[in-house]
Amino acid sequence: MLKNSFILLLLAFTAGFAMQGQAGDSLLPEIPEAQARFSEAQGCVEPTAEMRKNHMDYILHQRDETMYEGIRTRQYSLNECINCHVSDAEDAPRVSSEEHFCNSCHSYAAVKVDCFQCHADRPVKTSDNQSFSTTGKPALQIIDSLHALETEGTVHE
Amino acid sequence: MSEESGIDVYRRRFLSGSATAAAGMAVVPGVFLHEIGHAKPAADPVTSEVRWGMLIDTNKCAEGCNDCVTACNDEHGLTGHDRPETDAQWIRKVKLKDKQTGHTQTLPLLCQHCEHPPCVDVCPTGASFKRDDGIVLVDKHICIGCRYCMMACPYKARSFIHETLQDQLPHAPRGKGTVESCTFCVHRVDNDGTPACVEACSAENHNAMVFGDLNDPSSEISKGLKQHSTHQIRADLQLNTGVRYRGI
Ligand code: SF4
Ligand code: SF4
Repeated sequence: MLKNSFILLLLAFTAGFAMQGQAGDSLLPEIPEAQARFSEAQGCVEPTAEMRKNHMDYILHQRDETMYEGIRTRQYSLNECINCHVSDAEDAPRVSSEEHFCNSCHSYAAVKVDCFQCHADRPVKTSDNQSFSTTGKPALQIIDSLHALETEGTVHE
Repeated sequence: MSEESGIDVYRRRFLSGSATAAAGMAVVPGVFLHEIGHAKPAADPVTSEVRWGMLIDTNKCAEGCNDCVTACNDEHGLTGHDRPETDAQWIRKVKLKDKQTGHTQTLPLLCQHCEHPPCVDVCPTGASFKRDDGIVLVDKHICIGCRYCMMACPYKARSFIHETLQDQLPHAPRGKGTVESCTFCVHRVDNDGTPACVEACSAENHNAMVFGDLNDPSSEISKGLKQHSTHQIRADLQLNTGVRYRGI
């Protein structure tokens, strides 16, 4: 009896390793580790299975609440997804790479992800903002008088 | 429901107004104001109890100074292609010259956050909208880039993004094919902050810009508006702009 359960245990172990090996052979997406856990009991902000299936609904709901109502809670914020799931290292993979958290799965599932045409695909520290260059605009736009502004505008009847 | 929001407003006024002087003191034993002293808790929606506005004193606006524009560009990662006609611009310095006397003055011009915004009236998709607290924004998820709003805005406050963008900032998502304009730094305002341009103007000790709640009679901006003669640009359009000017 004891011997049997030992063999079972051994089998379970080897099976586990075999499966991991398979993931490495790129049949399944390799998903980068998150930087932190939501709680001791839970990795992500909802159970992982729920997030895998329905993350877009959470993000979409939060998106409208933030934009229209100024609600800025962090739990389902896209910025917080990125802060936790993407490294802020200079050479960290960007969303175009399959090593980026979002794209690792999205490319596997062949689902195009549009978010990052506008949104940041990596954490950016606000103090770093200054490193972005600014527009090469002339400092002043000269108009003759306020009246010029008036005649340029659209008049609403 | 209404009772609840009544309490909320009371609490907000209390925390942001009279109580700020005592910030850090205990209200009741064990509760410190600075721990709960946000004007708006992150989970609360904005309300029309507040209307954000800006008062610009053109007498204090220094000719040759461009700090508000630079601060805005930095804050939102507005990068250009050296094509002034089409590069995004949320705030710009305008120079006024009286042809008769030769007197000149400068002022910053930005989205005026109109109470009756023509950009919202003409938008065919509903992407242009006004928040309850008076901030006019574009929902770029819906915007189709038709640019009707750019034509309708009397202040030429809006820009269209012609090129694919990269390295946008987390708090300022922007993208090709959509229209954008000044947001009153909504990401700062929601966190009890001040727009970047106002901050930059004060940092240089020009203090030509004041930002605040037009609905709160005790705010600096309301007091300024009560005390001095101020103007709306194109007041004839009766848009009731949130941005007011002194000295023009
Ligand atoms: S200034 Fe122009 S963009 Fe701003 S709210 Fe008024 S019409 Fe709209
Ligand atoms: S460009 Fe966008 S925001 Fe402006 S009117 Fe068209 S759909 Fe509305």
